[in-house]
Amino acid sequence: MSMLERSILAAAFSIAAGLAVAADTPQLGQPISEADLAAWDISVGPNGVGLPAGKGTVAQGEAVYAAKCQACHGEKGAGRPNDVLVGGFDSLPGDKPALKTVGSFWPYPTTFFDYVRRAMPWTSPKTLTNDEVYAVAAYVFSLNGIIKADEVMDAQTLPKVRMPNRDGFTPFPRSPKVD
Amino acid sequence: MARKDNKPDGDLTPAAGNGILNRRLFLERTLMAGAGGIALGASGASAEPLTNPKWTMEPGAPFNPYGKPSRYEDKTVRQFAAPANPATPGVGSSRTPHHLLDGMITPNSLHFERSHGGVPDIDPQQHRLVIHGLVKKPLSFTMEALSRYPMTSRVSFIECGGNSGGLSAPAAAPLNVQGIHGLLSCAEWTGVKLSTLLDEAGVDPAAKWILAEGADSQSVSRSIPLAKALDDVLVCLYQNGERIRPENGYPVRLLVPGYSGNMNIKWLRRIKLVDAPIMTKDETSKYTILLPTGKAWQFVFPLEVKSTITRPSPGLDLKGPGFYEISGLAWSGNGKIVKVEVSADGGKSWAPAALQEPVLSKALTRFRAPWNWNGGPAILQSRATDDTGMVQPSRAQIIAERGLRGAYHFNVIQSWNVDEKGVLANVHA
Repeated sequence: MSMLERSILAAAFSIAAGLAVAADTPQLGQPISEADLAAWDISVGPNGVGLPAGKGTVAQGEAVYAAKCQACHGEKGAGRPNDVLVGGFDSLPGDKPALKTVGSFWPYPTTFFDYVRRAMPWTSPKTLTNDEVYAVAAYVFSLNGIIKADEVMDAQTLPKVRMPNRDGFTPFPRSPKVD
Repeated sequence: MARKDNKPDGDLTPAAGNGILNRRLFLERTLMAGAGGIALGASGASAEPLTNPKWTMEPGAPFNPYGKPSRYEDKTVRQFAAPANPATPGVGSSRTPHHLLDGMITPNSLHFERSHGGVPDIDPQQHRLVIHGLVKKPLSFTMEALSRYPMTSRVSFIECGGNSGGLSAPAAAPLNVQGIHGLLSCAEWTGVKLSTLLDEAGVDPAAKWILAEGADSQSVSRSIPLAKALDDVLVCLYQNGERIRPENGYPVRLLVPGYSGNMNIKWLRRIKLVDAPIMTKDETSKYTILLPTGKAWQFVFPLEVKSTITRPSPGLDLKGPGFYEISGLAWSGNGKIVKVEVSADGGKSWAPAALQEPVLSKALTRFRAPWNWNGGPAILQSRATDDTGMVQPSRAQIIAERGLRGAYHFNVIQSWNVDEKGVLANVHA
């Protein structure tokens, strides 16, 4: 078979394959670049992938918290009417009601950034700047004694914060195994 | 079909204690021939003479563009509590009135709702679904484009991970079936297989999970194993034949059959393929089961085998001794229901209920059993078994396994007490 014949044959195969795929589904998804969907790509994994530029201090976070969080989460994260954010350490073992807070229960610091940026403040979600989210994270982690008052949260420091309940979870034994 | 005990099918000998009868009575029409009538509950009083009511004497109403229930059925509604914080009114849920329904399908207007940030008012022309991350080619789909794909339908239940959590209370709460089990519904869902769309985007071999995210104000998001996404997950456009209702995810939602309700992302806008779970708020701080050791079970996916008696149940009190059909729902996120047993003596003795066809995997299954109430105290229970062999556990078994704080996926055998007046109440038995 000559090179030309091979090329013609290969082309015929790929056309046939293309037709087969086209017959399976309409192939109506439109290509979009990651840059063009960046406004929606707000998830942040535990390794810090997805954290944006910006930074915030505990003091800055205290001001943001007082203005935008305290009405629902209480002074210094004490809770009421909505979730308590601070304390509850040592309440997890046993059979008494547990106080599951950011400090006592949440295993990853990135979850706090991810959730606050997408969902808080409840009445005007997605309005905090990235600096404000980093600052509120610094403040709430500081209230829980997890970071020092002079630490700054940014894309490098935040994922390194060790949450007290980091090893507190185990996969449900009767879920199908992943991997 | 011959009975294993060699008794005739019309036999009224109890099949279990306290008046549970053979499931073939009535249900499989075997009593009629030559059984000489039934001695159950007939009062002997004659019915009232009949006259023609006004609706047979005058023309009825004309047509209307979208139907609604009879005005006499205005009690058949979803139930919801006032928000704990009036400033956040869209946080919470509304519950399906199972005690007033029959069959396996939940009407769309009565399908339970669970919302973390209220129901968004989404314009389908502007809405998009994007698939990106570990794929060869990130894609954006319009709703018009999705509607042109080959469709698949399946009847599937959706159950909130917190459904029946009230049964974990140390003292039995005065709740009815709606208050206990109302975060459960079943519909025929129609949509595009997620695997079709993932194939089109081209899955990178490094991908192990997907992140699914909604377009609601909270952008609720969950990590789902890729294997499940490629197995039976549907990108749904239709609910019981019509476009999905706003409170259930209009214009597009995920159906993740058998898995915790929160994973069935509503108002779906984004799927990102990733190599490891994102550890979102709803898979760490919520929807995890805290054990007495202080450790918590995470990624609690399947809703395990469960059942409840919907009739009789609190609010549907008995009107004197005699025949009643015990009717209820059974379901398993792991497969098909193969057996439901009922008890009228608090679990001392059991008899099999009849399963109403069709019995479908990961769908609600209706069961029925005849019961002759003698007017004395009774405790009604149901116990389901699925095709993996898993049997619905007792409350004591669940407490031994995880204590009382793991209220998610609380699939215990549940009890209705019947007193001498025929009044039903939730009890721990």
